[in-house]
Amino acid sequence: MNHMPILSLTLFIPVIGAIIIMALPKDQEKAIKYISALSTFISLALSLLVFITYDRSTGGMQFIESIPWIKDLGVSYALGVDGISMPLLLLTNLIGFSAVYASWNIRERVKEFFTLLLILITGVMGTFVATDLFIFFMFYEVVVIPIYLLVIMWGSTKRVTKEYAGMKLTIYLLIGSAFLLVGLIALFVTAQGMLGYPTMDITKLAGVDFPVGFQIFVYALMAFGFGTLLSMFPFHAWSPDGYAGAPTAVSMIHAGVLKKIGGYGLIRIGLFILPAGAKFIAPIIAVLAIGNVVYAAFICLSQKDLKYIVGYSSVSHMGYVLIGIAALNVISINGAVMMMFAHGVMAALFFSMIGNLYEKSHTRNVNDFGGLAHQMPRLAVGFMLAGLASLGLPGTVNFIGEFTIFVGAFSVFKVVAIIAITGIILTAVYILRTMADLLYGPRKEQWDHLQDLKGPEMIPLIVLGTAILVGGIFPSLVMDPISSGVSGLLAQIGTIQMGGIF
Amino acid sequence: MILQNILQNAWLIPFLPFLTFALIGLFMHRWPKLSAALSIAMIAVSFVLSVMVALVVFGNAEGVVYETATRWLSMPGLRVDMGLLIDPLTAVMLLVVTLVALLVQIYSLGYMHGDPGLASYYAYQSIFAGSMLGLVVANNFGQIFVFWELVGLCSYLLIGFWFGRNSAKEAAKKAFITNRVGDFGFLLGILFLQVIFGTLNFSELAAAIPAYANSGILIGISILLFFGPVGKSAQFPLHVWLPDAMEGPTPVSALIHAATMVAAGVYLIARAMFIFNTSAPTMTLIATIGGFTALFAASIALVQNDIKRILAYSTLSQLGYMVMAMGIGAMTAGMFHLMTHAFFKSLLFLGAGSVIHALHDEQDIWKMGNLSKKMPVTTWTFVIGALALSGIPPLSGFWSKDEILLGAFAGGHIGLYILGTLVAFMTAFYMFRLIFVAFFGKNTAGEHAHESPAVMTVPLIILAVISVLAGFVGSPLMNNAFAHYVTFAGAVHHEANLTVMAVSAVIALAGIYLAYLVYQKQVIDHAALKIRFRGLYNLLYHKYYIDECYAWLIKHFIDGSAKILEWFDLYVINGAVNAIAAVTGRSGYALRYTENGQVQSYALYMFAGIVVLLVSALCAVFSALA
Repeated sequence: MNHMPILSLTLFIPVIGAIIIMALPKDQEKAIKYISALSTFISLALSLLVFITYDRSTGGMQFIESIPWIKDLGVSYALGVDGISMPLLLLTNLIGFSAVYASWNIRERVKEFFTLLLILITGVMGTFVATDLFIFFMFYEVVVIPIYLLVIMWGSTKRVTKEYAGMKLTIYLLIGSAFLLVGLIALFVTAQGMLGYPTMDITKLAGVDFPVGFQIFVYALMAFGFGTLLSMFPFHAWSPDGYAGAPTAVSMIHAGVLKKIGGYGLIRIGLFILPAGAKFIAPIIAVLAIGNVVYAAFICLSQKDLKYIVGYSSVSHMGYVLIGIAALNVISINGAVMMMFAHGVMAALFFSMIGNLYEKSHTRNVNDFGGLAHQMPRLAVGFMLAGLASLGLPGTVNFIGEFTIFVGAFSVFKVVAIIAITGIILTAVYILRTMADLLYGPRKEQWDHLQDLKGPEMIPLIVLGTAILVGGIFPSLVMDPISSGVSGLLAQIGTIQMGGIF
Repeated sequence: MILQNILQNAWLIPFLPFLTFALIGLFMHRWPKLSAALSIAMIAVSFVLSVMVALVVFGNAEGVVYETATRWLSMPGLRVDMGLLIDPLTAVMLLVVTLVALLVQIYSLGYMHGDPGLASYYAYQSIFAGSMLGLVVANNFGQIFVFWELVGLCSYLLIGFWFGRNSAKEAAKKAFITNRVGDFGFLLGILFLQVIFGTLNFSELAAAIPAYANSGILIGISILLFFGPVGKSAQFPLHVWLPDAMEGPTPVSALIHAATMVAAGVYLIARAMFIFNTSAPTMTLIATIGGFTALFAASIALVQNDIKRILAYSTLSQLGYMVMAMGIGAMTAGMFHLMTHAFFKSLLFLGAGSVIHALHDEQDIWKMGNLSKKMPVTTWTFVIGALALSGIPPLSGFWSKDEILLGAFAGGHIGLYILGTLVAFMTAFYMFRLIFVAFFGKNTAGEHAHESPAVMTVPLIILAVISVLAGFVGSPLMNNAFAHYVTFAGAVHHEANLTVMAVSAVIALAGIYLAYLVYQKQVIDHAALKIRFRGLYNLLYHKYYIDECYAWLIKHFIDGSAKILEWFDLYVINGAVNAIAAVTGRSGYALRYTENGQVQSYALYMFAGIVVLLVSALCAVFSALA
C-alpha cells in the first residue's frame, strides 16, 4: 500500500552510515561524527514522518513490508508498525539522534565507537518494527555485540570495573534471550503442529489457540526473559552496575529504549500470543513490580553516584510499566506503553546530562557538587526537567504514563496500586534531594572552570526536553495511537475473557 | 451576546500568563525589563477579563453557570478534559487571584529591582498565575490535580528562587515533599472516584454521589481527598512547610503563601463540597483539623521574632479558620474569609517586604523599632491590614470572621465557637505585638530606614483600601450580597447576631490593648514573662518540636530502611548473582582438567558415550516391541 519502503529505510540508514564510516580513514573524526549525526537525523525524520502520516482513523498495522525469506521455517522479512510500536520507534530515534550528540566529545577510537553505536541503534529499531518473531529475535541478538564492546572499551570504572559491568550486562541479556529462544522454539513447533504449516508471523501465531498449560509455561519463560531485560525485581542487578559502567550514549540507549524491548515483548509477543498465560502469571508480575517500585526507590535514597541514582530509579519506574502490563486492561496497558516512552526520553536526558557533567568534572558523586546552577544554568535546566519528569509532574509526559497506569491498575489490584503509588512520594524525596545537593546551595569555586552546555551539547536537551514537554502538554498526540494500538491488540485476543474493562 | 462572548473567551484568563511564561522562557529572558513589562501587561489583561466575567456572573440575578471543555487525554474508560467552569465561586476566585497577582507583580518591580534573575522571576510569576487560574476554572478532578501540582512546582521554584542559600534550597525541597504526601492521598481519592463513578467531571459526579451518601466508601474517598487540602493549605500535621517557605522573596510569600495558592485547599473543599457534605465523619474531621490548626498556629505566632514567620503562622491560623468554616458547613463564610484574607494578608506581607527592603534584609522585629517615623505609608497600611486581620469593625476581616463565628455559634458548635474567639484574641495580640515592637517602640534601630518607592507603596495603598471596604459586600449592611451570590448546596445562612459581633469585636480590642500594655507601655515585663514561663515559651518558640520529630523519623525510618535495603541489594541479590557466576566459573575451571590433550582419555569418553547411546537405543527398541 505504500510504495516507498519507509520502515526499511528508517531501519537501515544508520547501517549505511556505519558502512560509510568504516570506509573513512580513522582520523576523519569530524566527518565520522557528521555522518553519524546525519544518518540518525534522517532516521529520526523518517520516523517522525511515519508518526505523522500513520492513518489514525484506520489504526492497525501500517507501512507493512513483507518479503518471504526462509520458506521452510515460515520466516519472512516482515515489518510494520501499529500504535504500540510507533511511539517506541520514534523514541529510539529521538534517543539515537541525541546519543550521537551526547558522544560528540569522544576522542578515542572515534570510528569504531560510532560504527558500533549506529549498529546498536538499528538493532533496537528492528525489534520494534519486526512483525515476524524470527526477525524480532535476530535484531534482539544484534544488539548484544555492540553493547558489550561499547561498555568494555569506552565505559568508566567506579564502584565496579567497566569489564565487570559490560560482562554483567551482556550475560544478563544472553540469559534472558536463552529463555526466550526456548519459548520461541516451543511456540514455533507447537504452532506448526496445530496449523499444519510453519509460520513465524506474530499475528498468525496469535491466532493459534494454544493449550492453557502450554501458554503458562511459555509465558513464564518470556516473563523471565523479557522481565530480566526490563530489570524486573529481583533480576535487576545488571541495571545499576551496567548503566554506571557504560559510556553515556549506551546508558541513554540502554535505559531509554533497549530495556523497553522487554515491556514491548511482554505485550506484543507474550500477551498477544499467550493471553491465558499472561492472565495466569500477571499477579506474580504485579507483586514483583512492587519490589521494583518501592525497593528500588528506597535504594535510590542512599545512593551518591548520579548514575546509580538514575539506574535504580529506572528500575523503580519499570515497576510501573510492569504493573500496567500485569493489570491487563486497555487503560493500564496504554499507560505502560506511554510510561515506556516517557521514561525513555526522561532517562536519556538524565544520562546525557550526567555524561556531560562527568566528562568535565570527572566525578559523579553528588557530595562533590553543590550550587552548579551558578556555573551551569543550562545543565541545571536539563537536570531539573529530567528530575521533574522523573517524579511525574503534570506537564511532563511521565505524568500521563503514571496517571494512566494508576487508573488502569487501581481497578484490578487495589493494594498493589496503593503500595506502588507511595512511589510518588519516595521519588520526590530522592530526586529533589539529588537536585538540591547537585544544583543548589552556595557556589563552589572549585567548579568555576566548568563550561555550561553549548553548541552540539545542547541537542540532547532540546530534542529530549521538547519530547517531554510536548508529550506532557498534548498527551493525545502520543496516547491516541497507543490507545488504538492497544485496543486493537486486545480486541484480537477478545476470545478470552480477562475481566477488567474489555 | 456580550455575555456569551465574555464567557467564551474566559479561557484567555489562564492562557495569557502561560503564554507569557513560554515567551519569556524561550525568547525574552535576555531582556528582564521587557519580560517584567510583558508579564504585568498580561496579568492586567487577565484581571480586566476577570472583572468582566464577574460583572456578567453577578449581573445576572439567577446566577450564571457556564461550562465548556476540550478533550485532553482520553481512551476507552478514561477521559480527562481541560475545561472551563464559570460560576459565582469561580468568578470570586478569578477576581482575587488576578487582582493580587497584578498588584504583587507591580510591587515586585521595586522589591526585585536589580536582581540578576528578574526575567526568571517574572517567568515563574506568570506560570504561577496561569496554573492557579487553571486550577480555579477546572471543571474536573483530573484538571484540578494537574494544576494543583503545577502551582506546587511554582511554589517550589519561587521558594528556592535565591537558590544560592542553603536555607532556601532546603525550604523548597521540604515544601514540595510535604505537599507530595498530601497529594498521595488526594490522588488515591481521585482514583477511587474514577474507578467507582467512571468520571471525574464535577457535575457528573454531583449527580452520582447522593446515591452513596454516608456509605463507607464515600467516607474513605472524602477523607483521602481531604489529604490534598491538608498539604496545600498547610493544615496540621502537614503544616511544617509553610513557615519555612518564607525563604522565598517576600512578594512571593504574599501572593503564593498567603493569598492564593495556600487557599487552593479551601477552594477545593468548597468546589467538592458536594462530596464532603455527604459524609458527616469527614466534615467533623475537617472542622477539627481546621480548628486545631487555627489555635495551634496562633499559639506559635505569639512568640516568634521573625516578621515573616509571625505572618506565616498567622496565615496557617487563618487557613485553619477557613477550613474549620468549611467543616461546619459555613462554606459561604469560609469563602468570604478566603477573599478578605487574601487582601489583608497580602497587604501585610507586602508591608513586611517594604520594611525588609528598607532595612536591607533585616527580619527580626527586635532589630526594628520606630519605623513609623520614616515609613509612614508602610506603617499605616500595615496597621490597617493588622486591624482587618484582628477583626476590628468595620474592616473586612471583622465581617468575614464574624460570619464564621456566627456559623459555629448558630450551628451549635459551641466548642469551635469558643476556640475561634480565643484565636481571635490571640491574633489581635500577636499582630499588635509585632506592630508595637517594630513600628513604634523605643528601639531606634529602624530610624535609618527610608520609605519604599511609589511602585511599592501604591499597591500597599490599593490593598489597604480594599481591605477596609471588601467586607461590606458580605456584611448584613449590604444584605449579605456575597452570600446571596456565592452559595453552595446545603449552605445555611444565619441571621446576624449582635452578641456574637460585639463579643468578637471586644475580644479583638482586648488583645490589642494587652499588646499595648506589654510592648508599648511595658507595664508588664515581657522578658520576665519569658523567664517565668520558660518551658511553655520554649515549646512554642520551637513550634512544639514537630520539625525535630519529623526529622528524627525520616532519618531513622526512611533513610534507615534505605541503608538496609542497599545492603541487601549489594550483598544478597548481587551476592547471589556473583555467587552463581563464581560457581559457573569454578565448575568450568574444574572441568577443564578433562580436556587434558591425552588421546587415550578422549577415546575413553567417546567409548562411554557410545555405550550410553547404544543402551538407550536398545531400551527404546525393546519398549517399542513390548
